[in-house]
Amino acid sequence: MKEQLVTLALRQSQQAEVYRARGASTLVHFEANRVKQVEYRQSDSTALRLVRDGRMGFAAVSGEMPDARLLDMATQTSAFGAPVSLALPGTRRVPAVNIFDERVASVQTSALVDIGLHIIGRVTSRHPDVVCEGLVVASSGTVRIANSAGLDSSYPVTAIAVSMEGVRVNGTDMLFVGDSKRSALLMEDTDSVARTMLLQLERASRAAAIDTGTYPVLFTPQGVDVALLLPLAVAFNGKNVLEKASRLAGRRGETVFDSSLTLWDDATLEGRPTSAPFDAEGSPSRPLCLMESGVVGEFLYDLQTAADSGTESTGSGRRMDARSPVRPGMSAFWFEPGKRTFEELLSSIDRGLVVEELIGAGQGNLLAGDFGGNVLLGYRVEKGEIVGRVKDTMIAGNVFDVLSRDVVVGSDSRWVGGNLWTPSILCDGVSVSAKGGAA
Amino acid sequence: MRDRLSEALRNHSAEQVEVRYEVRDSTRITYRGRQLEEASLTSDSGGCARALVKGGWGFASFNDAGAIEDGVSRAVEHARYSGGTALALPPREPCDASVASLPARSVEKVALEEKKRLLDEYRDIVMSSPRIQSCHIQYSDSLRTVRYVSSDGSYIEQRVPDLSLRVAAIARGDGDVQQAGVSLGSVGDFAAIEGLHDQVRDLARRAAALLDAPNAKGGEYTVVLDPVLAGVFTHEAFGHLSEADLVYDNPQLRELMTLGRRFGGPQLNIVDDATISTLRGGYAYDDEGTPGQRTYLIREGVLVGRLHSRETAARMGEAPSGNARAIDYRHSPIVRMSNTYIENGDVPLADMLADIREGVYVKDWYGGQTSLEMFTFSAGESYMIRNGKLAEMLRPVVLTGNVFTTLERIDAIGVDLEMNQGGGCGKSGQSPLPVSNGSPHVRMSRCVVGGR
Repeated sequence: MKEQLVTLALRQSQQAEVYRARGASTLVHFEANRVKQVEYRQSDSTALRLVRDGRMGFAAVSGEMPDARLLDMATQTSAFGAPVSLALPGTRRVPAVNIFDERVASVQTSALVDIGLHIIGRVTSRHPDVVCEGLVVASSGTVRIANSAGLDSSYPVTAIAVSMEGVRVNGTDMLFVGDSKRSALLMEDTDSVARTMLLQLERASRAAAIDTGTYPVLFTPQGVDVALLLPLAVAFNGKNVLEKASRLAGRRGETVFDSSLTLWDDATLEGRPTSAPFDAEGSPSRPLCLMESGVVGEFLYDLQTAADSGTESTGSGRRMDARSPVRPGMSAFWFEPGKRTFEELLSSIDRGLVVEELIGAGQGNLLAGDFGGNVLLGYRVEKGEIVGRVKDTMIAGNVFDVLSRDVVVGSDSRWVGGNLWTPSILCDGVSVSAKGGAA
Repeated sequence: MRDRLSEALRNHSAEQVEVRYEVRDSTRITYRGRQLEEASLTSDSGGCARALVKGGWGFASFNDAGAIEDGVSRAVEHARYSGGTALALPPREPCDASVASLPARSVEKVALEEKKRLLDEYRDIVMSSPRIQSCHIQYSDSLRTVRYVSSDGSYIEQRVPDLSLRVAAIARGDGDVQQAGVSLGSVGDFAAIEGLHDQVRDLARRAAALLDAPNAKGGEYTVVLDPVLAGVFTHEAFGHLSEADLVYDNPQLRELMTLGRRFGGPQLNIVDDATISTLRGGYAYDDEGTPGQRTYLIREGVLVGRLHSRETAARMGEAPSGNARAIDYRHSPIVRMSNTYIENGDVPLADMLADIREGVYVKDWYGGQTSLEMFTFSAGESYMIRNGKLAEMLRPVVLTGNVFTTLERIDAIGVDLEMNQGGGCGKSGQSPLPVSNGSPHVRMSRCVVGGR
C-alpha cells in the first residue's frame, strides 16, 4: 500500500504524492498482410513527488525498489528541484467518466488478430498490390494517486487501438494510405479504417501536379490532426503562455482566430482513452473552451504552472508515462462542426489541394505557430473535383495567420489519432512549393 | 541473475528463446526560462522474453522480476499466432561476453550538483542575451546494464552509459517567436558538454537574429548542407531504406533495393559502423547477441549492403550485420542504424559555393522524417547563397526530396567529415534510440525548399 510511502515521505517533507500506474497490454503487429508478432507487456511504475523546504523532489521507478530508496532519490533531487508554490489537492468532487470496458480487459488475442486481418482482407481483396502493416492493441490498467492532502483515489481504465497503413510500390513510386482509431471502450466499427483506406486509394489512383504558389487547402480530419493540432496544443499550453513563448500570451478574450472556429479540450468525454475523472495530480477534469467563435478562452494549466500564473489548475496535469514529471498538456481536442459537407467544401475550390497526411510536420517553429511538411498523401483539386494525387510537394503556413483568415469548417467530424475530433477544415492562402517551381 | 535467466530458458518448446534483463538508472534536469523545471532520478528495471516457433515470434515484457518464466511461456504461446514461413536462423557459435563502456569523465561520477551548476551557466548565458524570452534545456544521462541469454548458448552482459543535451533559446519580438537550438550527446562522457559557453552564446544571438530574418521563398534550389544536416540527410534519406525489415517481405521493395543498383555518383560512399565505441550509436553486440559491424551501404555510388537482423538476413540469404536493436526491455529488437555517415570526398566548401549563383546554405539539425520514398529534414540555421557567397540569414527551412533521385543529385562532397551525436532515432514506436550520423559538407542540385 502506497499511502505508507506518503507517510514515510512526510517525515522529511511538507507535501508528498505517490502516483502508481499498473497495467498490461496485448499488441498484435501486422506486416506484409499477416500477423508478424504478438506481444504482451506487463508494467508497474511508481512516481514520488515531494515538496521539501519549498522545493520539488521527484523520483520514479519501474520494476522493484524498496520505498526507502525511492524516497532517498526524491529527497536528493529536492535539494536542486524547482522552487514550488503548489498545494496538492485533497478529495474533491470528480465527474463520472466511463473509460473502463470489461470486454476490452478480457478480450481474446484471437479477436485482436481478427480485427487486423479483416481490415487487411477488405483492402487487399480490392487492391491485391497493396501491402499492409499495422498494430492492434488492447490494454487495461489502474491509476492510483495518494497524497498528503488526504487524496487516495484510483480508477480502472481500458483502451483499444487500431492502426493500419497500406503501401503500394510501383517502380520507385510509393503510395501510402492509412487510418487509425482509438477508444477506451470496445469499438463497434473497426471497418471504418478499411473504408478510409479504400477511399484514399480511389482518390490517389491518378497522378496530378500543382505549380508552386498560394492555394486554398482543404485539410481532411487526418490532415487537421497532422498539420494543425500540434501548433495549437503548444499555443494553448499554460506553460508556454506563462513564459510568453506562446503567441497567445496576454490575449485571453481577444479575437485571434476566425469566428467559425470553436475548440474544446475535454477530459470528461465518455469512452475516450484520454479521459479520466481527475488528472495526473488529482485535480478534477472538466471541459475547457479554448476558443469560442475565434475568441481565445482558457489555457491548459497543471498545479504548478497555475500557481506561477496566479490562477487555478484546469485539470490538465499530464504525465507522458508514470516515470515522467507532471506538465500541462491536452486531453482530447474537438472542434465544433460546421454545416457544410466535405463535398460542398470541395466544390467551392477552383484550384487547390486536399491534404490528408504530411511527413516532417512539427519540425518547424511550433511556438511561432508554423506548420508544414511534405505532402505524403494529398490531392489536387480542379474546379471542385479531385483530379489526382500530388507528389514532391510541400505546404507551409502558420496557424495564427491561416486560421485568422476566412476558414470554413465542415460537418464531417470524426475521431482521428485518438485525441482529436474534427471535421475537415478549408483554409485559404497556404503556401505550396513544388518540384520545378520557380525559386 | 545469470543463473535465473539461464534457468528460465529451460523447458520450453520453441526453436529459439532469448531473455533480456535490464536495469537503467537515469538523471534528468530540465529548465524553462530561468526556472529549473525538473530534477529527477528514475530507475527502470524489467525484462523480456522472445520466442521463435515455426517462423513466427512471440514476445512478452514485464516489470516483476519474478515473472521471467511466465514471460517465456507467454512468448512461446504468442508465437503461435504469427505462423509465417519456416525460419532457420543463421548458425552461430555460443558467445560469453561482458562489455563495459568506460568514458573518461563518466556521468555517474559527476555529482548532481555539478551537472546543475554547468547547466545554470548555460541558462544564464541564454537568458542574459538581448531579446531572449525563454530558454529550454533538457539534459539527461543514464547508465544501462543489459543481460542477454539465448537458448543457443549465448550470455552477454553490456554496460552502456549515455548522455544527451539540448539547449534552445527562444526570442520574442512584435508578437513573433523564434528559436534556435543545439543538440549534443555522448557515450556517457560528461566532458562532451563542458565548455560550450561560446556555442550557447552564439545560439542565443541566432534566435534573436531570426526575428529579423525573412522566410525563404519556396521552390527548387541548389543547396549546400553542413556536416550535421548532411548527416541527418544520410540517416533519413538513405539509412532507413537500407533497413532490411522494411524490404524483405515486400517483393517490389526488394526489387528496388537490389544490390548493385546505382544510387549516386562514384564519389558517394555511405557506411554504417557500430564498431566506433566512442560514438552514441556504437555497441559491441546488438540486442540479438550479434557483434556490431562496419557495413558499407553504398560504395562508389552503388548499393552494396544493407542492415540486418538475424531474421531478415536469413530470409534474404545474406549475412547478419548486427543491427537488431531495442530501446529497452519493453520492445523487441528491430533493424536500426548505428553510426551512419558519408565518407569524405575531395571538394572544399569554398569551391562548392563558388559556382552557385543563387542557392541555400543549410546548417544544423532540427528534425527529419522519411516515408522511404520521400524524406524531409529541417535546418536549424539557413542562409541564402548569392554569387558564390553566403548572404542573408533565413528563417528555418524544411527541405524535401525523393530518395531515389536526390542521392544522384549530390554533385560535390567535402573533405571535412564530422559526426553528430545529438537527438535520437524513432521507428515503430521505439524512440529515442541513441545513434549518430555525419558527413562532410555536400552540395545537392535541385532540392525542394518549403517556404512562404
